[in-house]
Amino acid sequence: MSEQPNLSHPSVADTAAGAALAASAATTRRKLRHLKDKAAGVSIAVGGLSVIAAVLLIFLYLVYEVMPLFRAATIQEVSEFQIADPHSEEVLHLALEERLEVAMRLGGDGEAIYFDTANGDLLSRIPLAIPDGQSISSFALDTDVSGIFALGLTGGHVLIAEYAYDVSFGENNVRQITPVIRYPFGEESFELYGNEPVSKLSVRSSTSELMLAGTSESGQVRLLRARRETNLLSAFTASSDSDWQTETATLTGVIPAVNQLYLDVDRRWLFAIGNSGRLSMVDVRPAFNGGNAVIEDEVMLVPSDRRVTEVEFLLGGISLLVGDTAGDVSQWFLVRRDGRVAIEKVRDFDAGGEVIALSSEQRRKNFITANEQGYIGIYNTTAHRQVTYKKLVDMPPKTFAMSARGDGLLIEQENGQFNLFGVENKHPEVSWEALWQQVWYENYQEPEYIWQSSAANNDFEPKYSLAPLAFGTLKAAFYAMLLAAPLAICGAIFTGYFMAPKMRRTVKPLIELMEALPTVVLGFLAGLWLAPFLENNLLGIFSLLVVTPLSILVAAFVWTRLPKEIRYLVPDGWEAALLIPIIVIMGYLSFVIAGPIEIVFFDGDMRSWITNDLGITYDQRNALVVGFAMGFAVIPTIFSIAEDAVFTVPKQLTYGSLALGATPWQTLSRVVLPTASPGIFSALMIGMGRAVGETMIVLMATGNTPIMDINIFEGMRTLAANIAVEVPESEVDSTHYRILFLAALVLFLFTFVVNTLAEIIRQRLRRKYSTI
Amino acid sequence: MMQTLKKFFASGTPWIWVNAGAVAISVIMTVGLLLLLALNGLSHFWPKDIMLANYSQPVLESEPIEREIIGERIDTEQVSAERIISSGIPVSENTAFYERELVKIGNRDLNGSDFTWLLTNYLNDISYPENLTAFERREWGNFYGYVQEVKEAGVSIVTSDPSIQNDNAAWLELEKRIDRALGIFEQIDTLEEDDIGEVNYALERLRLQERGLELRGTDTAQRMGEIASERENWEANYEILQTRLSELYEQVERDTVVMLAMNGETTEINVSQIVRAYQPNGMHVGSKLVVYGAKLWEFLSDEPREANTEGGIFPAIFGTVTMVLLMSIFVTPFGVIAAVYLREYAKQGFITRTIRIAVNNLAGVPSIVYGVFGLGFFIYFLGSEVDQVFYPEALPAPTFGTPGMLWASLTLALLTVPVVIVSTEEGLARIPRSLREGSLALGATKFETLVRVVLPMASPAMMTGLILAVARAAGEVAPLMLVGVVKLAPTLPINGNYPYFHLDQKFMHLGFHIYDVGFQSPNVEAARPLVFATALLLVIVIALLNVLAVTIRNRLREKYKSLDM
Repeated sequence: MSEQPNLSHPSVADTAAGAALAASAATTRRKLRHLKDKAAGVSIAVGGLSVIAAVLLIFLYLVYEVMPLFRAATIQEVSEFQIADPHSEEVLHLALEERLEVAMRLGGDGEAIYFDTANGDLLSRIPLAIPDGQSISSFALDTDVSGIFALGLTGGHVLIAEYAYDVSFGENNVRQITPVIRYPFGEESFELYGNEPVSKLSVRSSTSELMLAGTSESGQVRLLRARRETNLLSAFTASSDSDWQTETATLTGVIPAVNQLYLDVDRRWLFAIGNSGRLSMVDVRPAFNGGNAVIEDEVMLVPSDRRVTEVEFLLGGISLLVGDTAGDVSQWFLVRRDGRVAIEKVRDFDAGGEVIALSSEQRRKNFITANEQGYIGIYNTTAHRQVTYKKLVDMPPKTFAMSARGDGLLIEQENGQFNLFGVENKHPEVSWEALWQQVWYENYQEPEYIWQSSAANNDFEPKYSLAPLAFGTLKAAFYAMLLAAPLAICGAIFTGYFMAPKMRRTVKPLIELMEALPTVVLGFLAGLWLAPFLENNLLGIFSLLVVTPLSILVAAFVWTRLPKEIRYLVPDGWEAALLIPIIVIMGYLSFVIAGPIEIVFFDGDMRSWITNDLGITYDQRNALVVGFAMGFAVIPTIFSIAEDAVFTVPKQLTYGSLALGATPWQTLSRVVLPTASPGIFSALMIGMGRAVGETMIVLMATGNTPIMDINIFEGMRTLAANIAVEVPESEVDSTHYRILFLAALVLFLFTFVVNTLAEIIRQRLRRKYSTI
Repeated sequence: MMQTLKKFFASGTPWIWVNAGAVAISVIMTVGLLLLLALNGLSHFWPKDIMLANYSQPVLESEPIEREIIGERIDTEQVSAERIISSGIPVSENTAFYERELVKIGNRDLNGSDFTWLLTNYLNDISYPENLTAFERREWGNFYGYVQEVKEAGVSIVTSDPSIQNDNAAWLELEKRIDRALGIFEQIDTLEEDDIGEVNYALERLRLQERGLELRGTDTAQRMGEIASERENWEANYEILQTRLSELYEQVERDTVVMLAMNGETTEINVSQIVRAYQPNGMHVGSKLVVYGAKLWEFLSDEPREANTEGGIFPAIFGTVTMVLLMSIFVTPFGVIAAVYLREYAKQGFITRTIRIAVNNLAGVPSIVYGVFGLGFFIYFLGSEVDQVFYPEALPAPTFGTPGMLWASLTLALLTVPVVIVSTEEGLARIPRSLREGSLALGATKFETLVRVVLPMASPAMMTGLILAVARAAGEVAPLMLVGVVKLAPTLPINGNYPYFHLDQKFMHLGFHIYDVGFQSPNVEAARPLVFATALLLVIVIALLNVLAVTIRNRLREKYKSLDM
């Protein structure tokens, strides 16, 4: 106020000039004030709206982070070229280097050429060490990850080699790629057949062992195993040919006509596929132990009117992918059935037309197909999802190669033209099925709901089922509501309708204080105090659940039988205060009597009785503990909203009912409760919302194992706890990270919808009250 | 009888009582929980008497071995005979129940664990000799035993006979020497944390300056020379401090004390390892209270020891308070502006109503969702942008692109802004229309009315909202785990190093301290009392804030009751 001139002062407005000056000053002031007001109005509007926008940003940002999960893959052409230099027309294998800069093409003449993928310029030409006078009769790739492949020769020998790239950093840190061919098992070829061409071949290797399976032209299947000698000396010297000990075994008369041969990753099973599409699964171990190889299982891979065209192992070497003439790709793996090992079809995919090329990705459970119309499809097996399906080239491709990260695709067409494509396929592992339905994972016997987001090995199949987490969330909320709902609602009814105003003034703040208790404190008490306490006093808790209501009823009965003189000492509405000591004493007694009962009926230890006699798993931190702790956290939320609804029921309704002769209980049950029921319902919903999103209590009071079991003595993992545990460790923008954001979005939407519904119900109720 | 019962049930009285029972149970649970916290939390600091006893429990298929027990009695419980037998102790089944007690025997370096369960029936010759001494140590937890001999640099100074209760010559000497060691330790602390910390900080800043100059291409020889000479200065300074530090360490490790532990074991403890020593059995209530006060003060004002399981929680208190204050600075203006906009400026209608419901419901969205948002948006998105623009010299080490104080308080501000909005709006709605109209009629503009009339009257409501927001923020842990809390922060977020206020640093927090020490620490049993005390402190702070908010709210309602017409 002090800066404002006092306009009414006579000495200032003395002269006309002074008056005019004052008037103009006043006008300026008024304008300024007006301007200030306008500016304030605008800035408050901007500020207010931006705060609200910031809050909405949460939702939008979560959606923004989750969206890429459901986007289909995109493919864009990078370059198109031909290789000018002479090269063999026949291609055995095509491979694309990790950065998409260099490709390797192994020709039918046994020469590997490396070329630039920008223009097709030849970088290097390396002939393989094929003995003179022999040529290649068959080819087999171990995996693209290892780069190891085998060449069957017309002289009955097999040569093992590995394609690789040496990366060095030259001047100015420029990356230089030098293509190399290595011979990890020696440059000498292994003899599989004596002077008879190897017509079909399969190879599997580890650092210390190599296994080959092949057939001769006469159809004889033979195995070769090479092992590195593990003596002390060879461990320190460079490996030479003599380090490898080989042994061969012939599978005589076991397998009928063989078209394709595949060895599994553990080098135990040989899959032989015949012309008709019959797969025979052979255990090869007995063959090396001097016994006879046995066919463990036989299946038809395709119906009789189709033929198998392409077969490939999925990453990890557990699943076999089979493409057929009708355009189906089916996934098969081993399962245990009645003590035996069998191979079963797990799921199949539609490739759109006869599969002419099939290849699997090197780091994810993806595979890629080409059909006879020239369409390329990319699929994820776990998610059972077609990520993309597109015609990329005019002619059906001769062969193709996928880069290690799955971000590049090189296609060779029949006319010798090459096309390089960039692939954007970040989150193939996600589909509705993978998130919410049972999925048959590798190494599992049947479809299951599993959450297991990471593991130590690279070829791990991530299991992103949100079902067990959602189940755990609802389970925890259910047990919490089981305790909280009756206590909170009954308490609210008594406090809102019967309780003496004086007592109500003490009880309400106490319950509000209960609401303010940090959940980390409740979680800590639940995990470190309540969980061991429950484990030791299980029967006490159960007897408490029976004894307390009974003792309340008995107390009520006794009280009504007491002489009036005593009853009149305590006015109406103080029953709860009377009950406090009774409940405390009876509660204590129920723990005391639990001991002897436990000795008589449960051998003195109910906890071990549950485990041993009932066969129910008992975790120390279980749903019962969560129920108590989270119930405690939810009670005040439900209580205060429900109490509000009961208390604000218009008094004229209750007075009318009482005046007509109804008892207080009749008035409550016939008049008050029906009127207040929407409010009570919304209280329950808000309580449920809180229980669903609670993090710290479940984090501390359960074992956080993502299992789907309703058993009250077992733990669970909830969506919220899962986020808290895993988000800090997940790689930014990975599928795992985005799925955790999806979990957060699910939580957000669930609580937001539930709360909004409850709020709308409450507002309706309030309007109804105001009209009565 | 049946008739009366029937009538009794028909009257509805039992159901009223059942409802009353529900209230009673809720009250008992709340009060019981507070009592449980208070009992466990406060009793931790009381210097308990140290028991000396002989113990020989039955052993399977051999004679029981008698051993000496020295320790604090912590807890007792009743256990059925069956359960004891199944744990491998062949007690007689004639008695159905046995009393079992938890004894803290300390001496983790000798015994392997701090605690042991003993059957009370087999404890004999219990006594409390006055010369039994308890040490709190910097490592290995508590020590219980007799002071036998005090040595200086390996030479014996005083000896006492443990079997004579009032031979306390060694104890008196030891007390003096502990005081001396503690004094030196204080100097070491200042030297290590303030002086050497400053040097390290300065060196790091020089490194960043150098890198910044290189990045900008302005790394002239002159500037680089300056930096190099400055660095030399600091390094020379560091050398001096380091020599001083090793001198102090030498001094502090001069004295040792030979202790006689239970079962006749003797061990030599360096006096520098002792934080506090007392002989509780000989102390009267007054001097016990002094120790109690000292321990309580240590708890509130000191730094944690032994992986947070001992010592104080000052950094956690400080971190919580700083974070909450920072959050208040963000949340108050924005919350108030949003509320003013919604109530005073926006056109009331369907959209305002929808926004109001939405804002209201955001208070019910799980806090972990805010944490995820804070991590993704603030840290990974905003933070890394900030780093690219303002802190390129520190990259690839992130400055703001990693969880820290600023992001934590922003996240919590977002979490609590609905609370402030709702509360302020409620306050604004309570101000009678006539007051506004009066102000406007006198010629005040809308803004002047707002600032001079409306807001002052609504200020208690804003206060209530802010206090409730602070109470919620102080107790929230889940989102903080993602956006900035750590189990042990090396320095406080506000300290003597330029720029004094370190918004990018991670910090400690009371709630997270409870979670971490209670669930992640290797020695949960030993840490438990401390966690109880921390929990009690947190609950007291939050309860006080809530009571304050309720009081202000009630006052406010009383004040404007007269204005309502």
